[in-house]
Amino acid sequence: MNTQKSTSFRTRTFDFGSFFFTGVTGLATFLILAILAVILLNVVINGWPGISWHFITAGTERDMFDVKQAGVLPMIFGTTARVILMTIFVIPVGVITAIYLTEYAHATSLITRFIRGAVNNLAGVPSIVFGLFGLGFFVNFIGHQVLNPAVWGKPALLWASLTLSVMTLPVVIVATEESLKAIPHGLREASLALGATKLQTIIRIVLPQALPGILTGGILAVSRAAGEVAPILFTGAAYYMAKLPTALNDQFMDLGYHIFVLSTQSPNINKTKPILYATVLVLLLLTFALNLVAILVRAQVRRKLRALH
Amino acid sequence: MATTADHDKLNARRSIGWKGMQRGHRTHPLEWIAEKGILLVSLSAIVMVFLIFLFVAREALPVFTGQLNTASGQKVIPVADMEKLSPAELEAYLGLTPEQDAKMDADTKRTLMEVKLEELKEASTDKDTRVNTASWRYFLRPFQWTGYNKPVYIWQPVSDIQKYNIVPLLIGSLKATLVALLFSVPLALGAAIYVSQLAHPRAREWLKPGIELLAGIPSVVLGFFALIVMASVLQSVFHYQSRLNAFVAGIALGLAIIPVIFSIAEDALTSVPRSYTQAALALGSSKWQAAWKIVLPAAIPGVFAAVVLGFGRAIGETMVVLMASGNASIVSWNIFDSTRTMTATIAAEMAEAVVGGPHYRILFMLGTVLFVVTFVSNLVAGLVIMRLKSKLEGKR
Repeated sequence: MNTQKSTSFRTRTFDFGSFFFTGVTGLATFLILAILAVILLNVVINGWPGISWHFITAGTERDMFDVKQAGVLPMIFGTTARVILMTIFVIPVGVITAIYLTEYAHATSLITRFIRGAVNNLAGVPSIVFGLFGLGFFVNFIGHQVLNPAVWGKPALLWASLTLSVMTLPVVIVATEESLKAIPHGLREASLALGATKLQTIIRIVLPQALPGILTGGILAVSRAAGEVAPILFTGAAYYMAKLPTALNDQFMDLGYHIFVLSTQSPNINKTKPILYATVLVLLLLTFALNLVAILVRAQVRRKLRALH
Repeated sequence: MATTADHDKLNARRSIGWKGMQRGHRTHPLEWIAEKGILLVSLSAIVMVFLIFLFVAREALPVFTGQLNTASGQKVIPVADMEKLSPAELEAYLGLTPEQDAKMDADTKRTLMEVKLEELKEASTDKDTRVNTASWRYFLRPFQWTGYNKPVYIWQPVSDIQKYNIVPLLIGSLKATLVALLFSVPLALGAAIYVSQLAHPRAREWLKPGIELLAGIPSVVLGFFALIVMASVLQSVFHYQSRLNAFVAGIALGLAIIPVIFSIAEDALTSVPRSYTQAALALGSSKWQAAWKIVLPAAIPGVFAAVVLGFGRAIGETMVVLMASGNASIVSWNIFDSTRTMTATIAAEMAEAVVGGPHYRILFMLGTVLFVVTFVSNLVAGLVIMRLKSKLEGKR
């Protein structure tokens, strides 16, 4: 705070450099936020009229490009199903990895460095490569060569979810690790001093404290995965399905993929624009609501932990 | 006596702190099992990276070893010689599976032989059919196909003669990525400097999550926005020919990577110790001078890493370029030409490629190239950030 006083004391004359520099960088910040606002406003204004109870609950039985009849229920169902399945796979693995990294491993040991490097690299692998991996590993290898190819050797809900869980693993690990690190050491030491073993301490003391962070990680993973299309292109998404998926080896319709289909394969783009915009709005509402929850939970946790320290 | 001293040292180390709690392991076998189990699970990240490389590269392996052959230089067998062939030879010649063969009678096969003969006669008039297009010479270097008056680079996997020259795709990817970086790096860096150094702390609290909200927009939505809105607006401003091109795709890609570059650059700038700024201010510099001449140079490796990661993200982004780039595989460095990237090619063509065929394998080869490129850029960026962090923390 002292620095602020001293600068205001010093810059009594007009400082052009300061004006220019602050102006340019501030403008960049403003531009990014403005573009973000334009995108969101455009989608909300054009998409809102298309949202109705019918749109949310109707399917695409007649014609997916029919503005009056088409709905998005199968896509909402498909996206939700693949995301829930993904969460079931990714949370345990991600949390256990984070526990190993913070509670057991030495910060500088070779294995820790390898795991961290792998996590960083996993976060940067292009989503289309995850799609290829899902096709090559899950569908063609596990489905065709290990399991019964007639049942599993094709794109399926399970394969799409597994592919996505590999993709979102880093998100869960990083978020959980962050929350584990924020837990004061005193809590662990107190538990150990009372005679608890390390495992007991982790399960009874550390994990409950880290729960909000784990939840944040899960929510971030879900919001990241909900909008991804490239990884599920060859592993499970269907252009059109007459029925909702009922088994793990069914294909499914997906919100993001449906946006792609509506905007590139429509027979008359101007006519189908209303349902396109409405579908985009549904997807954005879904991911943004999740993001918002994650941000709020994280802020809450940080505040609480700051008080603890 | 040295051994007891070592023992003491060891015991002292064991009893210090949380990480040194080794005693519990001896008394409870369960603890030991749990620790090993946790270690095993946590190796899954490493295993996954390996598996990704292994299985993407496995499908592409025949391309790298040169085992693919698209040439149809089959020898012609007269119809009368049909009886002389063994069933296996006949199946191979006609391209039948044993089941199909079992279902057919001799007359059908004879008809097929005649058809095949006609096919081969027709094909042999075009010298291109005898070319094995799935080899590195045709992937990377131009070739004068029949009907062209000069050697050309062509990606045309669905045609009589499959042409797999990947140069147009490489140029397309680089072009879109370059536009994206030129657009996003100045914006993201400016914002990072502003948010971390100049903005009021209270404004910072909402500016940072605000910009990071951009990361919450799925890439398919950015692609949709570029396709439906941005393409028309930009065309009416710049008056170029094709509505969808590398420029539109690049700008939309830039929007996708701004949060990545911003977060990492902001993180690097914030991790520069406050004492640097304070010292500069104490020596009479103004706030912007401290930011520009002290903090930015100290954090420059982090900024570099941010740009490298942004590059990796941009070259691997799929949905945006698939929807907004126009997808024409032309060799041209003009950013206003319609363009086709590697990622969009994989996404658009995998569905129609025959599993195990040359087209399928070459698409996986493109995936392997993408994996290696992003792996290297991640590795470089990770190392740079790690060194920067340890350097700055050491000086704090």
